[in-house]
Amino acid sequence: MRGGAANPVRLRYTKLGKVRWISHRDVARALERAFRIAQLPLAFSEGFSPRPRVSFGLALSTGHESESEYLDLVFSEAVDLDALASRLNSGLPEGIDVVGAVALADRAPALQEAVTCVEWRVDVARGDLTEVDPARLREEIDAGLARPALVATRHRKGREVVEDVRPVIRRITVCGGPSTAGLPTVVEMEMSTQPRGAKPGEVLAAIGDLTDVRARRTHQWIERDGARQEPLDADTRPRVPEACVS
Amino acid sequence: MSDLWPRIEPLLARVEKPARYIGMEMGTEPGSLAPRHGSSRAAFLLIYPDTYEIGLPNQGLQILYELVNERDDAVAERAYAPWTDMEAAMRAARVPLFSVDTHRAAGDFDVLAFNLSAELVYTNLLNLVDLAGVPVRGADRSPSHPVVIAGGHCTYNPEPLAEYVDAFVIGDGEEAIGEIADVVGAWKRGGRANREAVLRDLATIAGVYVPSLYDVEYDGPTVRSVTPRYADVPAVVDKRTVADLADWPYPKHQLVPLVEVVHDRLNVEIFRGCTRGCRFCQAGMITRPVRERPEEQVRTMVRDGLRRTGYDEVALTSLSSADFSGIEGVVADLVTDQEGTGGVSVSLPSLRVDAFTVGIASELQKVRRSGLTFAPEAGTWRLRQVINKLIIEDDLYSAVDAAYSQGWRRVKLYFLTGLPTEMDEDTLGIAQLATNVTDIGRKYTKQASCTVSVGGFVPKPHTPFQWFGQNGVEELQRKITLLRNAVRGTRAQVKWHDPKATFAEGIASRGDRRIGRVIERVWRAGGTFQEWSEGFSLDLWLDAMRAEGLEPDWFVTRHRVRDEVLPWSHIAAGLHADFLWDDWQAALAEHGLPDCRWTPCYDCGVCTDYALEHVVASPVTPAGGSQGTGQDLSRSAADVPVRFLGSKVHS
Repeated sequence: MRGGAANPVRLRYTKLGKVRWISHRDVARALERAFRIAQLPLAFSEGFSPRPRVSFGLALSTGHESESEYLDLVFSEAVDLDALASRLNSGLPEGIDVVGAVALADRAPALQEAVTCVEWRVDVARGDLTEVDPARLREEIDAGLARPALVATRHRKGREVVEDVRPVIRRITVCGGPSTAGLPTVVEMEMSTQPRGAKPGEVLAAIGDLTDVRARRTHQWIERDGARQEPLDADTRPRVPEACVS
Repeated sequence: MSDLWPRIEPLLARVEKPARYIGMEMGTEPGSLAPRHGSSRAAFLLIYPDTYEIGLPNQGLQILYELVNERDDAVAERAYAPWTDMEAAMRAARVPLFSVDTHRAAGDFDVLAFNLSAELVYTNLLNLVDLAGVPVRGADRSPSHPVVIAGGHCTYNPEPLAEYVDAFVIGDGEEAIGEIADVVGAWKRGGRANREAVLRDLATIAGVYVPSLYDVEYDGPTVRSVTPRYADVPAVVDKRTVADLADWPYPKHQLVPLVEVVHDRLNVEIFRGCTRGCRFCQAGMITRPVRERPEEQVRTMVRDGLRRTGYDEVALTSLSSADFSGIEGVVADLVTDQEGTGGVSVSLPSLRVDAFTVGIASELQKVRRSGLTFAPEAGTWRLRQVINKLIIEDDLYSAVDAAYSQGWRRVKLYFLTGLPTEMDEDTLGIAQLATNVTDIGRKYTKQASCTVSVGGFVPKPHTPFQWFGQNGVEELQRKITLLRNAVRGTRAQVKWHDPKATFAEGIASRGDRRIGRVIERVWRAGGTFQEWSEGFSLDLWLDAMRAEGLEPDWFVTRHRVRDEVLPWSHIAAGLHADFLWDDWQAALAEHGLPDCRWTPCYDCGVCTDYALEHVVASPVTPAGGSQGTGQDLSRSAADVPVRFLGSKVHS
């Protein structure tokens, strides 16, 4: 570590509205610029080509929204976490808002491995973007989940891959509507991310002639020893570490 | 005046890089310079007729965007060319061209203002006007349609687009844009009644050319005359020039895009204009005189810009950045400022070829020394004298030696081929230079490599080479093959530009009004994005020329003669025709011309006619290298036998 003590921090942020059309990488660049604008003391890696010590959680596909994205980073000195969100938000585009910050334990497991489950709220339509009746959808989903396997065609690194996505699905609940896109049918989906996750649209297409018109990640969960925790509550340190010193 | 976003968003899931179409750049958020519309505000849609990634960083467009939005009687938004997938989706869904700021239909603006930086985007201009729901030909437009204007370097020969663009702005736009806003604002507040009247009013603004107010007559295939149809319309339109860059510290709020774009960094223009006098270089000829930005203003713009944008890279831009009087001081301060801040990298595009330059570069790139680029442009000293790029070989070798010895591993060399008087020994000279460069590199590292990048030369209007007949496709291809064979087995690598694209550029570069119909045919045949290899097709251009009964070689490969009326002769960059002709003759005599910043004036015409002066902080030649000063100038042009290449030469 260069320049003083390590201060690991975990942030929660959103990606909502028009900005959903930028890529995961674009989000990373916007956040890095926001840190520089706010003149926050990011720690840098050692070596020939120092990089800020920032590590992102699960990628969010271009076009998807989220209320719960996470980012782990290290400051080279202590930073007031209560003021952090507003300092960063002034340098971030509309729709990307930091909504929480906690001090992280040293050597906390990386987000990408620690998060095991995500929840989505999805506006559903037919493949040709016409409306789906909620009751009919419920039947199709029940029938789909009863099948031994749900084969999805996925695009990975420019190639088409055929995979069974049934093991990924934990729960799909039809909630009715109307949705933000004006559709009558909204579903909640709860899906595993380990060893590999799936996109809501891939799962829907595997079930029937269905597509996601709009998908918003609502939660990410770290599951450990039978309990599930929001990443801001897992592997974190008490807010006033001085009080613990004896 | 509706927001088209609800109709645009459903298209985005099906197109590449949807973020091209959302806007949301930092600098446009509510409360900043966000566009504010109003019934009495002249509304400009500033359009870069290429993709968002290419167009967003354009500094000229961003300067105008700020200047218009600072006014309380005008408003500006921006648009870029949608990629072919998005265009198809838009046409299928009947979504017109829209602004990225508030997703407003292009047809709702009073002015569509295009930036023209390259000839091969001309078909995109027609496509975008059409996508806006506006008739592509000016004659077919009614008062309900926006006025179509264009600015940028290509407008120094506006004739190929004369039927399609209502008004051209020649030269610097900072002052002219305000005068145009005044005229358009009055037109709008008067109910946008009479289209002819607003064009007549625009033509009274200095630097504005309204082609429909001029008659062109031909003598066979040649232009005989270009004559204004009214007494108050100028016979010659002179370029606009801002006298002092210190008055124009723009852009003050450079836009920061959310997606990666070219030149994705803070850009600070340190001077405008260049008097090195490279004879192939249109930019250097048409942007005279040199106007340096005060050193202190550069520092402020860099410091404020970095703080505001969060960028970790800044480019100090100009046509030859090491020529800036205060370059060493500015660089030293930047290096000091960035210590302990996590690092800001500084780039100097368009570097001179000498060891001094490498010294500056090594100050700037303390960490990653990957590649360094030099542009000798021609393979032999003889040819470099012809083109007035006065770099002696020792300059190049000492620069390269300095680069490799200070840790760079890759040197990139830029050359032009198809230059006037070029012979095979000049082409082979490129291979020899590249070989010598890699040999120097091998003294320091086994990984030394050299990339040679070769572009086909297209003669440009308002340069001494405007009379030169461009090399044809086969000749350029032959020279490239000659060069490729010559470097085979060496550590040099050759990259080249498609000679067919060079030829098409040649058609548009020095074309007259008749070329407009060729451009229209290419567009109607689907020829958009002609500067992209996936979109380009020379056959489209040749078919269109044939259909219009025009001979491609007459426009491209023919040498022009002195008494020929050039199609752009009613547009003035301030350079005397005699100066350009004499400089062309000096070129053929292999005689160089020094840089007038540091040597006596040779009266090119710009300063004297326009009552301008160089704004240069230092009266002495920058250190290092021979460019502009180290050459043997003891021979005068009169001592040298003049050789003509033209088929017909006026005596």
